[in-house]
Amino acid sequence: MTALPSSVPTPQPSAATAARFEPDLARRKLAGTLFLGAAIFAIGIALLVLVLLLWDVFTRGLPYLDWDFITGVPSRRPANAGVWPAILGSLYIGVITAVITFPIGVAAALYLEEYAPRSRFTRLLRTNISNLAGVPSIIYGVFGLALFVRALSLGYTLISGALTLSLLILPVVIIASMEAVRAVPDSQREGAYALGATRWQMVRQAVLPAAAPGIMTGIILSMARAIGETAPLILVGAVTFVTYPPNPVQGGYTVLPIQIFQWASRPQEAFQAIAASAIIVLLVLLLILNMLALYLRARLSRHLQW
Amino acid sequence: MLNPTTTEAGGVDPSAARPTPAPPTIRIDVARTWSQGSADAAEPVVELDGLSCYYGSFRAIRDVSTSIQRNRITALIGPSGCGKSTLLRTMNRMNDLVPGFRVEGRVVFEGTDVFDRSVDAVALRRLVGMVFQKPNPFPKSIFDNVAFGPRINGYRGDVSELVEASLRRAALWDEVKDKLKHSALALSGGQQQRLCIARTIAVEPELILMDEPCSALDPRATLQIEELMEDLKERYTILIVTHNMQQAARASDHTIFLTMGDDRAGYLVEEGPTNAIFTNPRERLTEEYVSGRFG
Repeated sequence: MTALPSSVPTPQPSAATAARFEPDLARRKLAGTLFLGAAIFAIGIALLVLVLLLWDVFTRGLPYLDWDFITGVPSRRPANAGVWPAILGSLYIGVITAVITFPIGVAAALYLEEYAPRSRFTRLLRTNISNLAGVPSIIYGVFGLALFVRALSLGYTLISGALTLSLLILPVVIIASMEAVRAVPDSQREGAYALGATRWQMVRQAVLPAAAPGIMTGIILSMARAIGETAPLILVGAVTFVTYPPNPVQGGYTVLPIQIFQWASRPQEAFQAIAASAIIVLLVLLLILNMLALYLRARLSRHLQW
Repeated sequence: MLNPTTTEAGGVDPSAARPTPAPPTIRIDVARTWSQGSADAAEPVVELDGLSCYYGSFRAIRDVSTSIQRNRITALIGPSGCGKSTLLRTMNRMNDLVPGFRVEGRVVFEGTDVFDRSVDAVALRRLVGMVFQKPNPFPKSIFDNVAFGPRINGYRGDVSELVEASLRRAALWDEVKDKLKHSALALSGGQQQRLCIARTIAVEPELILMDEPCSALDPRATLQIEELMEDLKERYTILIVTHNMQQAARASDHTIFLTMGDDRAGYLVEEGPTNAIFTNPRERLTEEYVSGRFG
């Protein structure tokens, strides 16, 4: 709020107006200042927690973080341990999960937003999908164990893990895609129809490209979440001591969060330290994924300006 | 997609080379090239016959009968809410997208009732183009915007040539010829609207419906669009809804005046050559409206 220069007199109300209003500007502005203070305090706490966390991890883990660590395999001796199988496991799971959820999630979102009639059934469907997004991940682990590992006899393989995580993040992908599709203005749909487009042409050529940035962001962020999951994977058989690169259809794989969990559970100080190093690796991986999401979003929304 | 079948004389031959009986097709005179002007100037492009439009149980248009003549600019004027846009959107069946919408009466486009069960609305909309109130270019390049319509309609010629021709006819080529790959959203409002017009004429429609195309534009851009319409009427027929009576008086050849009755349904009061409507109207309501006494 800029102040008037002091040479300009503050406008004074007429006598009649002055009788009806009690401006009390100082008190009203105080409320705003107090709120600003509270907001800064809140953000300060959040940042402080983040900084403390990163500080702890980096001071403990950075000394042990070297090339041998990244490319090595786990070992009973912390000095020789490495995270390479875990990195590979995380990447495989992330990619396979994204590949599975992308077509299913986008198709479901397009159906619900563009094709489904506005009936009670579809409303029920949407509510259920939102609810599924909030189910604790361990439940998905139990379900994945029953369905993929046992019923479909896929066993304790990376594929079972990827399928379980796909179920976990699918509701989120569907919701994010639905939001992205809903954000496309109806004027775009009308424009396509007015040129003689069929409904599919309108969806595929006008709606989907416009919703693409939001959809891509949703998928990559969900992928990042999947890479950070631990509990469901423990249930479907990610083991904790893997010294070889994973094969998706045969047994035996691990992921970074589980490797971290295993090391952090050991009492020795050295294992705590390499757990911290592994955390740094995981954070960097997630950072790379998030930046990829930002980059893709920026590239795809080159033309979008609403 | 509807396949027009024509004989050399331009009539319909429904039994020509089809295993099943052909549904009545929209008659398109493929022999008539676009360089010919009003070959059948006497014949209307669209005839409305006792048309009433309903949104659910609410009647928005009451019993409108009129015809839109070829290669002319017809203005549809009337006070707010009287159903001008509804009428427009009924002609290319855009109102099909509104749940609960139905019509009584007929809309006859080039000899075919557009609401006949055998008519595919998708095919109709290529032949009856629409330009909207607020320019709505796609978030793509300028080239891709104009090429969108031809591509989805299976155009088999040279798309670049068609894009250039359409942009020239829309008086936009000189301004964008060096930046065809740039985003369409970077253009000004007036340019975007001309782009939307270029995009519409790229699919070679017969009738162009314009729903208050200049209301979101500044006066200079408005004038450019009006000049453009004057050029376009050589090849196309234009029906423009406008709130702006000066624009209707300036830019149109024929005017249709609609107003809202006590039941809030729009009905046709008077129509005629623009000059007559504005200087010597027959109906008292028309006279009151054009002289600004209500609206």
